[in-house]
Order: sequence, then C-alpha cells, then structure tokens
Amino acid sequence: MDWRAPRTGGLALLAAVILVLPFALINNYWYEVAILIGINAIVCVGLNLLIGYAGQISLGHAGFFGLGAYGSAILTARYGWPPAAALAATTGGVALLALVVGRPILKLKGHYLAMATLGMGIIISIVVVTEDRLTGGPDGMSVPAFTLFGLGLAGERTWYWVTGGALLAAVWLALNLVDSPAGRALRALHGSEIGAQVSGIDPTRAKVGIFVISAVFASIAGSMTAHYSGFITPGKVGFFHSIELVTMVVFGGMASTFGAVIGAATLTLLPQLLTALKEYEMVVFGAVMIATMVFLPRGFLPSLMSELKKRRK
Amino acid sequence: MIAPQLCVTALSKAFGGVLAVDQVSFDLEAGKVNSIIGPNGAGKTTLLNLLTGIYAPSAGRVDFEGAEVTGLAPHRLAARGMARTFQNLQIFFNMSALENVMVGRHLRERTGWFAALLRSPGLRAGERESRDEAAALMRFVGLDAFLDAQADAMPYGALKRLEIARALGGRPKLLLLDEPAAGLNPTETQAIDALILRLAQSGVTVVLVEHNMRLVMGVSDHIVVLDYGRKLCEGTADEVRNDPRVIEAYLGSTEAA
Repeated sequence: MDWRAPRTGGLALLAAVILVLPFALINNYWYEVAILIGINAIVCVGLNLLIGYAGQISLGHAGFFGLGAYGSAILTARYGWPPAAALAATTGGVALLALVVGRPILKLKGHYLAMATLGMGIIISIVVVTEDRLTGGPDGMSVPAFTLFGLGLAGERTWYWVTGGALLAAVWLALNLVDSPAGRALRALHGSEIGAQVSGIDPTRAKVGIFVISAVFASIAGSMTAHYSGFITPGKVGFFHSIELVTMVVFGGMASTFGAVIGAATLTLLPQLLTALKEYEMVVFGAVMIATMVFLPRGFLPSLMSELKKRRK
Repeated sequence: MIAPQLCVTALSKAFGGVLAVDQVSFDLEAGKVNSIIGPNGAGKTTLLNLLTGIYAPSAGRVDFEGAEVTGLAPHRLAARGMARTFQNLQIFFNMSALENVMVGRHLRERTGWFAALLRSPGLRAGERESRDEAAALMRFVGLDAFLDAQADAMPYGALKRLEIARALGGRPKLLLLDEPAAGLNPTETQAIDALILRLAQSGVTVVLVEHNMRLVMGVSDHIVVLDYGRKLCEGTADEVRNDPRVIEAYLGSTEAA
C-alpha cells in the first residue's frame, strides 16, 4: 500500500484527525464549531468536484443545501415522515431538480454560467422565504430530531461522530471519482473541452452528472444540519452562503479534495476566532479571497504541496 | 470496387460572407494515407473541423462508413470511429501524459457514475488495463521517456506525439492529423513520417492535413488539393505534382519564396 497516495494516506490522516480532535474540544461550543466545519467540508468536497475538477462555477449551491435542509424539515415536521425516508426523498428530489436545471444552464460558460447559477440560488432563497406556511418564512422552523430504528441522534457528541463519518465517506467518494474514467473526463473537459469532445466525451452528460452529484452532497449536508440544529432559518440558503462555499473551495485549492476540507475548516474557524470583529466578517472574507488569489493562485494545499516538493529536491 | 470509407459531397462553410470551404467533394478509401494540402488559408483546417464536427457545415453532406454523419457532435463522431489531432494542441495540461492517453480510451471504459464513486472491482480491473494500454500506446508513438511525465512539463514535439497516442486510444478507423509536422525540426519530421506509415500499416485510414509538401509527397496514397476553399484537384502524388494548376497555386508560390 502506498501511504503517500491520497486514497490511503490522506484518508488515514483525516480519520486520525477526526479521532483525536475531541481531546481538544473543551466544551459543547467547540463541538458545534467542529460539526459546522464537517458539514461545510462535505459541501465543499462536492462543490470542488464541480468547480475545481470539472471547471464549472456554481454560485447557487447554498440553494441545494437549503433545499436539503428544508426538504427534511418540512417532510418530518409538517407531514410526520420518518427522518430517514425524508432524507432519501429530499436527496432524490434535489438530484432530480439539479438534473432538470443543470441541462439547460450547463450549456453556458464562464460568466454566463455564474449568472445562471446565481439566479437559481436566489430563486430558491425567495421561495423559502415567501412560502411561509410550509417553511415558517424568515422566522425559520423547528425540526424534529433524527431517529433511526427508534434510536434518536441527539447532542453535540453524537453528531460529531455522525458528521465525521459522513465527511470521511464524502472524501472517499470524491477521491474515487477523481481517479476514474468519469473523473478523468471531467478533468479533461477542464483542460480542453474540444480535446475532450473529440476523445468521445459528451460534455453535457459529464457536466450535468457532476452538477447533480455536487448538489446531492450539498443537499445531504443540509438535511444533516436541519436535524442536528433542530431549527433552520433562510440565512443558510442565501447568496452569501453560496459565496462562502466558493471561497472555501478556492482558498483550500481548486482540484484538491483535501484542499476543500482545509478551506472549509479555515474559513469556518476564522469568523469564530474573529468574533470581536463580527461586523467586519465580510471584510475579512473578502481580504482572504483577494490575498489567496494574489499570493496563492492555486489555493492553500496545492501551493503548499508544490513548495514541499521543491524543498525536497 | 470497394465503397469509400468517407464521402464528402458539396461541403461548404461560410463565416459571415466568406466561403472558407466552397462545394468541396471527394471520397477517401479505407486503409490509405490521404492528404489534404493547399497554401495557407486554403481552408484545410476548416475542412477538418467540418469533418470532425467542431463546425456545422453551411451546406453539403458527409457520409462515414455508409451512414450520413453531417453535423454530428464531435463525441458522436468519435463513437463512430473518427479521431483527430490539432494544429494548435488541445492537450489536457492539468493531467499526466499517461492520463491524457487514458482519456483517449474514454469510449471503451466504464464511465458510470456509481461505479466511479464506489470504485467497483470491475472498474479497478479496467483501470489497470487502461494504464497498461495507454503506456503501450505511448511507447508505440515513441514517448517511452515520458511515461511518468506531467503533460505541462513536456516539449512541443512530444506533445504532438501525445495527441496521436490519445487519438489512437479510441481505436479509430479514421485518424485525422492536423499539421503533425508543424513546428518540428527535420529529424522530428522524419520520425513523424515513419510513424504515419506505421499507422497506415496497422489498418487505420490516415488523413493528413499539411502544407509541408515533402512530408505529404513521401507518404500519401491520395492527395486532395485545396485553394481558396475550393478543391483544385486530387490524385496520386505524381498526378498532383505534375498538375499545372497545383504548380501555379502552390508549388509556384513556394518556389518563388
């Protein structure tokens, strides 16, 4: 076994961090932060497949996250569905929506794709706020705890392990995908769309497929958030959350799965450490984005890795 | 008489008011080396882009292996057995050289999303086969030294070969090479020459788009000459070389220069 390969060494390292981290989590507040990091990282690992590997931007992924959260919330709270069934139905519904929306908009490129996904995210956000009979509108709604076979998942410590397991699974799936014929097709599209096409790759099928997969990652993370926190508001559905997610991916390093995890961890932790400057959170986000683009154009982890490689030589 | 593999009938492409390709017709037989030549701006690359689905033709039709393929998307033409290279390289610089060639095998691989996400045993076996075959193709085109290279670390001449290896990954019936010798030195050109002949011997129909006359004359069974978007004439190397219209339009200008 090659322990330097991402699929073995990287996963083992991530598992070790997840196992050891609770020793440093001194109270429930830090458990909450860790869970938030895990959930953001799941979304970012999926989003990085779309942005980093396939080279397609989405400024609307908070919409899929929100649909996952509200889908699970509404089906369990309003219609009394079992949470597992609600999760499955919501995930399936979001996948279908991503498929239907993705087909026309992924024909667009660059700025036009950014505008289209932005519009999609805003529409979802407006629907969530205005359909107040179902969603509770701007006030949000409470969500029952997740139960499976009569066992309830409650408390920060339980959710820490659930989130950690889900993140490991997400990273494993993403690493598998990247190093497969389907994943190579995505990277090829990013490298040269014409070159990919003449090699027999159907660009629409590849782009829509990865759009759906990344939407499913976001949706499941949304469902988890709803059940974990027990209460959701439209804040996490909006435009700013979409931008946060993209920032995390770009900061961590495009086309690097572990980079996406590091990006999510850093930019989730940063506002917590800067609570004194709360009003300037957006300023810091902007500054981090600009500094990353200027000093680390390839993102944190890829820049670090190439620097280490140079040193070794 | 064998039915031709590729029939081009009155194919035209207009960009605005300019006819880049004007009513071009010709047939190509399977298993031969065919060349499309002409002075700069004669419409060679445009014609190649029409044949491989990069552009949709304004008029005319293309038949490949007895079925009409006019205006089909590039990936559909690839599925029918067409492959090509590019004059201005279309390499995947974000990948390794070996992966570039593996992408060329796309149509013969398991490309399902679920098998990929879960890394099914079948997919793992396919990946080993894919790696081995891609490495064999790289050796076939003479890239033994670059088996572990990243594409963005390779010299220009090697990248030209890499595109050929990638194109061969799909086991094409028809391989279209757009100026494979452009930018190469005489030694490299000779090596490409030998490679083209080896390809033809392996049973692939080769279409060569070139303005390097020396390369074309040496290897071609059949030559189509274009000038100002129209077909000037076609025939064997000798016929074309002695055609006064070709001498005037092409060789004449070369000698003058």
